[in-house]
Amino acid sequence: MSDPILSVHGLNAGYGDFQALFGIDLALAEGSLLGLVGANGAGKSTLFKAILGLLPRGREAVTFAGQPIGHLRPEAMLRLGLALVPEGRRLFRSLSVEENLQLAAQGGRRGDWTVERVFDLFPALREKRHSPSQSLSGGQQQMVSIGRALVANPRVILFDEVSLGLAPIIVNDVYAALPAILQSGISAIVVEQDIERVRRMADTLVCLNEGRVVLAGPSADFTKAQITHAYFGG
Amino acid sequence: MAYVDAVVQGILLGGLYALFATGLSLIFGVMRLVNIAHGDFIVLGAYLALVVVQATGLHPFASLILVVPLMAGIGYAIQRGLLNRTLGPNLLPPILVTFGLAVVIQNGLLTLFSTDTRRLAAGPIETASLSLGPISVGWLPLATFAVAVVLILGLELLFYRTAMGRAFRATTDDAEMARAMGVNTRHVHALAMALSFAVIAIAGVFLAARSNFDPFSGPARLIFGFGGLGSLWGTLAGGVVLGVAQALGAQISPQFQILAGHLVFFLILAVRPRGLFPRME
Repeated sequence: MSDPILSVHGLNAGYGDFQALFGIDLALAEGSLLGLVGANGAGKSTLFKAILGLLPRGREAVTFAGQPIGHLRPEAMLRLGLALVPEGRRLFRSLSVEENLQLAAQGGRRGDWTVERVFDLFPALREKRHSPSQSLSGGQQQMVSIGRALVANPRVILFDEVSLGLAPIIVNDVYAALPAILQSGISAIVVEQDIERVRRMADTLVCLNEGRVVLAGPSADFTKAQITHAYFGG
Repeated sequence: MAYVDAVVQGILLGGLYALFATGLSLIFGVMRLVNIAHGDFIVLGAYLALVVVQATGLHPFASLILVVPLMAGIGYAIQRGLLNRTLGPNLLPPILVTFGLAVVIQNGLLTLFSTDTRRLAAGPIETASLSLGPISVGWLPLATFAVAVVLILGLELLFYRTAMGRAFRATTDDAEMARAMGVNTRHVHALAMALSFAVIAIAGVFLAARSNFDPFSGPARLIFGFGGLGSLWGTLAGGVVLGVAQALGAQISPQFQILAGHLVFFLILAVRPRGLFPRME
């Protein structure tokens, strides 16, 4: 296996005096998909925030493309090639759909993904390009959120609970875009509550419980029962 | 006809008030920071113009070529070096720190310039007027109003038509996500303050050309901002309402001028506690 594009070593992180993550290790191989599962409060979103520098972490705790990035500020991450699709979408409400995308394009790297190509991937967004982002349906907002990561031409995208609050049929639509994204050479970590879906999609699985890695390895190695057991602890 | 005249003069006076308030409104809109020292920074701008005028012999309005960039630089430095550290979920720390800044500025100016009242001589434009039928309108108030409108128009364009404005709005909406999108929010906040200080510089020169000022003239200029916090056109509307109320009050009795302004201010806050043009949400 080639060197991982993104790896985390002995990461501790938290909010003030509250420690949420304890010695997390994980490695994302280039071009692969890593599924991150765990109950609410297990530390998945916290891990994303720590990787991106939105929470303090050690200099050597996060390595990206062979370089330690733990000392860098969050605003440097998109330019490096590390993008986030946040939980709850968090579109900028006073920006139009197109402006949301333009902002990310400006902050990211140059490459094949453009605002127009995002409209090709999600045609529903093209006619809404000048609409306020909050006027869109939940599924369309999620498409903007994913598009916002793509136009930055990242090497890694962190997807946080893409399906949260969406109807099952819409979730399928959103995930249908994932193969095309991976084929364009992007690696990804996906946080998802639907364990069966994660096991099908992901090359590697990592399960967190109360801030610790309790299960990690190739998805094919685990049965659903093993994952469920690790998920709930005990 | 006296009342028509009062309304026209009041509207034009509102232009000056809008100039005072625009920088304050801009900062509140971008980063929810209430700058208690805003009025004192206007007076600081006036003194800076005084120094430039005395040193170079420039006309007060021409001195803006130097005063605007100088004040913008001061604004950037204060935000980056001091006020950025006070920003957070709590509105109180920036209020306390800017209150402290107000005290520092007032006493600093007192030490440097004494309590003597000053004025910048703007020349013939101070008294020149334009006759519109029975009403005559001063060129200086007219110019003040025009500058306020042009400034607000320019700021609106900057906010809604440029990449910088996009970054301002994104930072206001969700600073954490803006950072994840590659926006350096500390720089954006400092740029917003620099912009506010550029407007403050213009307000300071118009203040100095139209009335006397001393180191303690600042706090009285603060009140004008609250007509439309966070909305630029609301700021102009608030200024005009206040100006007209004062002018009409003065028609009733000279003592009524200030009182009428305060009454309208109170009424607006009672009826529309979030200002004339509150933001959505």
